[in-house]
Amino acid sequence: MQQHIVSPEVHEHHTQEQESLKTAGFWLFLVSDTLLFGTLFATYVVLVGHTNGGPSGKELFEIPGFVASTFLLLTSSFTSGLAVLQMQAKKLSGMIFWLIMTLLLGAAFLYLEVTEFVNLVHEGANIGTSAFLSAFFTLVGTHGIHVTVGIFWCIGLIFQLRKHGITTVTKRKISNFSLYWHFLDVIWIFLFSVVYLMGVM
Amino acid sequence: MSQHSDSHGHGHGHHEEHNHGSLKSYTIGFIISIVLTVIPMLVVFNGLMSRTGTLLVILVTAILQLLVQLFFFMHINEGEKPRYNVMALVLGFVIVITIVAGSVWIMSFNSVVQ
Repeated sequence: MQQHIVSPEVHEHHTQEQESLKTAGFWLFLVSDTLLFGTLFATYVVLVGHTNGGPSGKELFEIPGFVASTFLLLTSSFTSGLAVLQMQAKKLSGMIFWLIMTLLLGAAFLYLEVTEFVNLVHEGANIGTSAFLSAFFTLVGTHGIHVTVGIFWCIGLIFQLRKHGITTVTKRKISNFSLYWHFLDVIWIFLFSVVYLMGVM
Repeated sequence: MSQHSDSHGHGHGHHEEHNHGSLKSYTIGFIISIVLTVIPMLVVFNGLMSRTGTLLVILVTAILQLLVQLFFFMHINEGEKPRYNVMALVLGFVIVITIVAGSVWIMSFNSVVQ
């Protein structure tokens, strides 16, 4: 770095240092969240056979539903990446457009998940039916809550972007949001693989 | 990619280069992800393989997709060094694998006890 920087740049550099520290902190949050999902996955894998005479995943899971969910979330992970690219190109409107697309895809994903849960409960497969279903609803539901939080976070960020534009601070927030969203997609990949695909095979 | 000179110095420190990426890398990552999602679907829905083979395909494609997301979307290999986020993530993976594999192993004795 240069040694003769003037004061606003010192300030700017200082802000960036702080922002990069916050991103590092956000990574630590993601790692701790990985541990949360790790324990829920462990619980699910142990309890998956304990259906208490009730329905198993093979009888319950609807293939078109979870296939659609998977592609919705995968695409939304991509569109949140496109929002970050627009941010780096300093294009505010393009960025907000891709954030809204991400948001809508996330909402569609959530709609499918809620519909699935409602249908399961109507079929008599609720959270108390068996150990398998307790583990299932807890694991998939925790992911669903994360997606819900992400959607509200994204709405909040869009308002901040409209108000403040692309600044060092909003940039860091969008980067963290996009990391969070990719992280949720990664968790879903394992839900899709371990819960749904292994459930219907 | 993240190495660049500071000679144009106007507040653009090395921190600006986080989450670099390009449309090309995001698109490649997206396409690979779709392929890695479709492969296990085809194997499972058409019953192409034995039980062990299917499980192996599901797990391998899931782990590959995790890596695609980490490298193409989350840019784990970029950013300034030392990469504490990578170290934390590796520790996280070690703990998760221990918890999951350990639980499965220890609970496999459950049927013996009952």
